[in-house]
Amino acid sequence: MFTLTDRTWLWFAAVFYLAGFALGTISLLRQRRHSRAVMYFLVSVGFCLQTFGLYLRGLEVKGCPIGNTFEIFQFTAWSATSLYLVVGATFRLSLLGYFTSCLATTLTLVSLSVPAFDAVRRVGIFPDPWIEFHAALAIFSYGVFGLLALTSIMYLLQVYSLQNHRLRGLFSFLPSIIDLDQINLRLLKTGFYLMSASLVVGSVYWLRDTSAVNALKLSITFAIWLAYTVTFALRVFSMLVAKRLAWTCIILFAVALISLRFVSSSRPAPTPPDQPAASATASTYP
Amino acid sequence: MSELPQSSQAALFLLGASHHTAPLELREKLALTPEKLAAFQARLAALDGLNEFTVLNTCNRVEFYGVANHSTAIERLQHEFCAFQDFPVEEFARIRQHATGAEAIRHLIEVSAGLQSQMLGETEILGQIKDAYAESQSRRTVGPVLNRVFQKTFQHAKYIRSHTAITEGQISVANVAVDLALKIFGQLRDTRILLLGAGDIGEKTAKAFQSRGAGSLTVASRTMERAMEFAKTFHGAAIPFEFAPQHLSDFDIVVCSTAAPEAIITRADVQAAMRKRRAQPLFFIDLALPRDVAPDVASLQNVFVYNLDDLARIAAENLAAREAEVSKARAIVREKAEALWKQVAPHVPGS
Repeated sequence: MFTLTDRTWLWFAAVFYLAGFALGTISLLRQRRHSRAVMYFLVSVGFCLQTFGLYLRGLEVKGCPIGNTFEIFQFTAWSATSLYLVVGATFRLSLLGYFTSCLATTLTLVSLSVPAFDAVRRVGIFPDPWIEFHAALAIFSYGVFGLLALTSIMYLLQVYSLQNHRLRGLFSFLPSIIDLDQINLRLLKTGFYLMSASLVVGSVYWLRDTSAVNALKLSITFAIWLAYTVTFALRVFSMLVAKRLAWTCIILFAVALISLRFVSSSRPAPTPPDQPAASATASTYP
Repeated sequence: MSELPQSSQAALFLLGASHHTAPLELREKLALTPEKLAAFQARLAALDGLNEFTVLNTCNRVEFYGVANHSTAIERLQHEFCAFQDFPVEEFARIRQHATGAEAIRHLIEVSAGLQSQMLGETEILGQIKDAYAESQSRRTVGPVLNRVFQKTFQHAKYIRSHTAITEGQISVANVAVDLALKIFGQLRDTRILLLGAGDIGEKTAKAFQSRGAGSLTVASRTMERAMEFAKTFHGAAIPFEFAPQHLSDFDIVVCSTAAPEAIITRADVQAAMRKRRAQPLFFIDLALPRDVAPDVASLQNVFVYNLDDLARIAAENLAAREAEVSKARAIVREKAEALWKQVAPHVPGS
């Protein structure tokens, strides 16, 4: 019987994200405000399809699908999209759907288009459910920081628009400076709490067996967390605000995204207790 | 627009005068006070041959929309109106706008959509037409034809506004300033506004802010009496002019319109204010000539400065954008008017 693979479902999801992105772009080129409901619908459908695709992948790899670059990109896009579905419905920030669909389209299409990202599928890489929870939380926090990077870009565009008196086209649809600043603070706080929680869970595991975690991974993760912690503290005390805060959030996310590759590749090959090491740890994608 | 019909044909008609044809001094003579309007409507109700009518009476136009079963009824209406207002008939014939059938409907839709307004695309006129129609309904001077025409016209006006950019962007300096404030603060309910100087343009801007729900308003003027008088008008507070630069951090929006010969808000003043505000933006609307805000203030982080030229240029750009939409809007109006006329024509007596 004909069955669709996880990648096929993820392709379908990418098509819906792309449709959202196309809708927003066409509306902006026509200088019209796109329908927020239609955008929300397209992203929601994309999200559901992606959830199903990741669910199938999860069944295959016997755990949260964050074992290779393809899965991490997909999971980050999924996290950012899920946040948008909550934030977008609550705060009704115009253009946030457009920017989210842009991020989700980029992450999903890039991950699907580069076979090397999904060449090796690691099966059963999490020997402990807590460490799996730690990893999932960490990647989810990256999704939050991804959305924060998007709202920071929107903030910078709005400031540019107001300071250079260019108010038409894309700029006319951007949310207000105060709205963007408030949502940035909320996302920064959410991301910080999620990442901190992830590290707390991970550290319990690490303390039990310090040799289980690669030093490079540990250093990178801690550095990223520390950078976001300092940024959050400076913002709370109003010492890092406005454009400087926005630029910091964008640069930090770019660094975090790049660092994911090193964190992923530094992961030691696990040996699931109930399976022979050679056959259970990895499968290859043609 | 055409001459009054010479035939004896019945018609759905428009008869009136507006700012397009009559200067202000003539419009003043034609305008009906609420009492006179009521009295004249009572007189029209008794006019022989006039089956239905509505009177649209605004500062820029007096227009009668009606259904007459004979063209002489329209002539009689014109004579009645001129006699009632003590206005020469010949003079009215020179400035009047008159149309029948689809043309009358086209005119009504254009007026409703703001295409005939002095400020192109303004939305207040639709409310005025709705009020006029409601008044006619309560007086029972509208029937099947005008009911259909007005109800469909309201739909068409909304359609035109949502399918063209005819109402997009503000076209007055004061409203442009308010729109910019909304782009910074999102909503004005919690904003604190400082008015530096109590001139006419400052007053207009303050009114625009208040009409859009601005929070508190404080006035600083060189004469404290003037500041207090101004503050009383806007239910605000007054502070001595000299204190204003030191209290900038207490405000979100500063509207400057003094006659000072040089800048009264310096970079140092604003830097000091921003040290206290930090994450909160500060918006300067500098309507003074020469400028009240030093030019180098604009480069400070989280500070936005717009002067009179900037606001005027945005208003002009918005107006140009609206004008570019006029032909598109008129094409929709023509199509809608023709279709509506086809629907109502069978119900116009004698058509």
